[in-house]
Amino acid sequence: MDDSESSQRVILGISGSPGICIGKAYVVEREGVDIIKRYFIPEDRIQPEINRFKSAVKKAKDEHAAIIESLNDDLSSQLNILETHMVLFKDKMLYGKTIETIEKEQVNAEWALKKVSLKVKTMFQKLDDPYLQSRVTDIVQVSEQVMRHLVGAQDIKIAEINKRVILVAHDLSPADASQIQLERIKGFVTDRGGRDSHTGIIAKSLAIPSVLGLGNVTQFVANDDIIVVDGSSGMIIINPDEDTLFKYEDRRARYEEYRAGLARESHLPAVTLDGKRLSLMANIELVEEVVSVRDNGADGIGLFRTEFLYLDLKRFPTEEELFEKYKELVELVTPRCVTIRTLDINGDKVLPYSDTIEEANPALGMRAVRFCLSRPEIFMTQIKAILRAAAFGNIKLLIPMISCVEEIIEVKKIIDDAVWALEEEEKIFNSDIPLGIMIEVPSAVIMAEELGHYVDFFSIGTNDLIQYSMAIDRRNRQVSHLNQPLNPAVIRLIRMIMDAAHRTGVKVVMCGEMAGDPVNLPVLMGLGLKELSMNPGSIPVVKQMIRKINSTDTKNLVDEILKMGKVADITDLVKTRYKDILPLGESDEHQ
Amino acid sequence: MTDYKILSRTTTIKNALGMHARPAAMIAKLALNATAAIWIGDGENRADASSIIDMLSLGCPKGYEVTLEAENEADMPILDSIKDIIDKGFGENLDG
Repeated sequence: MDDSESSQRVILGISGSPGICIGKAYVVEREGVDIIKRYFIPEDRIQPEINRFKSAVKKAKDEHAAIIESLNDDLSSQLNILETHMVLFKDKMLYGKTIETIEKEQVNAEWALKKVSLKVKTMFQKLDDPYLQSRVTDIVQVSEQVMRHLVGAQDIKIAEINKRVILVAHDLSPADASQIQLERIKGFVTDRGGRDSHTGIIAKSLAIPSVLGLGNVTQFVANDDIIVVDGSSGMIIINPDEDTLFKYEDRRARYEEYRAGLARESHLPAVTLDGKRLSLMANIELVEEVVSVRDNGADGIGLFRTEFLYLDLKRFPTEEELFEKYKELVELVTPRCVTIRTLDINGDKVLPYSDTIEEANPALGMRAVRFCLSRPEIFMTQIKAILRAAAFGNIKLLIPMISCVEEIIEVKKIIDDAVWALEEEEKIFNSDIPLGIMIEVPSAVIMAEELGHYVDFFSIGTNDLIQYSMAIDRRNRQVSHLNQPLNPAVIRLIRMIMDAAHRTGVKVVMCGEMAGDPVNLPVLMGLGLKELSMNPGSIPVVKQMIRKINSTDTKNLVDEILKMGKVADITDLVKTRYKDILPLGESDEHQ
Repeated sequence: MTDYKILSRTTTIKNALGMHARPAAMIAKLALNATAAIWIGDGENRADASSIIDMLSLGCPKGYEVTLEAENEADMPILDSIKDIIDKGFGENLDG
């Protein structure tokens, strides 16, 4: 723009995590690796040189082990990468080859390591598999870590940063990220990294403003430069002029006010402009999450996933163990309701102790209720625990993956058996609780009206419903573009469910990811959904949006959408019509 | 070398992502306990199973047939456990 007298510089990158921050740069340098001197080592000094290399590897490994040790739970997803690095340190092709090079070529350890790692790097870059190519990062990070110990370069201890700064780095390794102290770091920007890279995942989990993939930002920024990080639009401004600074201060304040406003209003009910009230509930997996359920103003728990306890133990949990957990949860949430979904195992989660059947296609195999019906004793244990906990609060029972009428009949038989057994055992329980099924298989949508005769409510699981109806494996990146909640086929399926539910007088809740994304909200409201369950963190944003929507308008919107055949047209229509009320970051105000 | 015994196992890579860094690290951890070399080959090339980097250079995607070879009969149990983790898809997603 007007760069005549200012040195302001704008660089575009990729949004890591939304939000705006302004602060001083702290450049994490990883220099020293490229300026390696080569010198010869006399014969009698070879062994000491090898020892010097070995000791550098040991130091790097020890340091790495300490990081793994100190890893906190939110970063445990990075454990795999860090543990792979641990093995890489002593990899023959790196460790062995470097020692060999020192011996054979009589060169210093730094030079040998650089030569070997460069060779490995080029070898990988020649492979045609992009996934393996990207693994070069692992090898580079490991050899750089050793190199820093070799040249005695002072390693930047991110954990020791003692002022509020914006980190500027070439890339953040998982080891770096796990040391970030959130109260010290305002945001971060990196040269490397994309949305799906390690760094991208880190950015999302840290939830501080960040911009990635800026090319060579580390070369333009000096320590203490003022930078503006606009994580929402993926842009940074180095040394902003006064006007820009002023503008962004204002924008930052507005963003923070917006976040604060969301938090303040999150406890008020979600009522539309025309007075229709929606019920927003939370999807959770752990009893500990009850705090965030409350903080975000959820009207109850729309989905409690019960797999955790089964995955945590080395065996199937007992009725007593399950009962204690469910009772604890119910007592915490009372008087609001808790929807407990029975074991949904073997799809993307496998019990290590259960004799797993080899399945070429587990998503289409013995999962969820199919597994439970094949092992009725395990299913019965869980049902008994749920019925007993129901005596202490407001519980709904939800059965996943129902694909035909016979299954629900069989489930009901097992529930009857459970009731009978509890009576025999003279236990306190409550069997007068709503029974629901997940509608997540296309056959269940088609048979929804029949199924409705057997149950009190439907819960639409959009993640699986989309997977099964679009025939896409949710974790196969090559078909991820077809994971489209607003695909006309998906919208029609939901409408079929709503119609069937209406005819049979069954309630409907949606608990898939689709429910938590603000873009889908007008469509879901137009389709007649009144109960939505989502990640607790999404509730405030969705609530705020509901308050700005007129429900009659959404009916008209859906009528228009049902005439459309292309997902892009539908998305455009929703985004244009609701651009003023879509949350910040969704509607792109910078364009 | 003269009375060379065939100490090998053949199997197929089953996980969706193929043999990337984490699976290679799992194999290497096992192979490092062997008394002699353990090799993993894709028919054309073979790699040292104790080296992640060497194995990655094979670039085995899902569906690839791999042959495991031991040089010492005493290492056959290790060969079997490597085959076992490959067969279990390294505990990863098998579809894709």
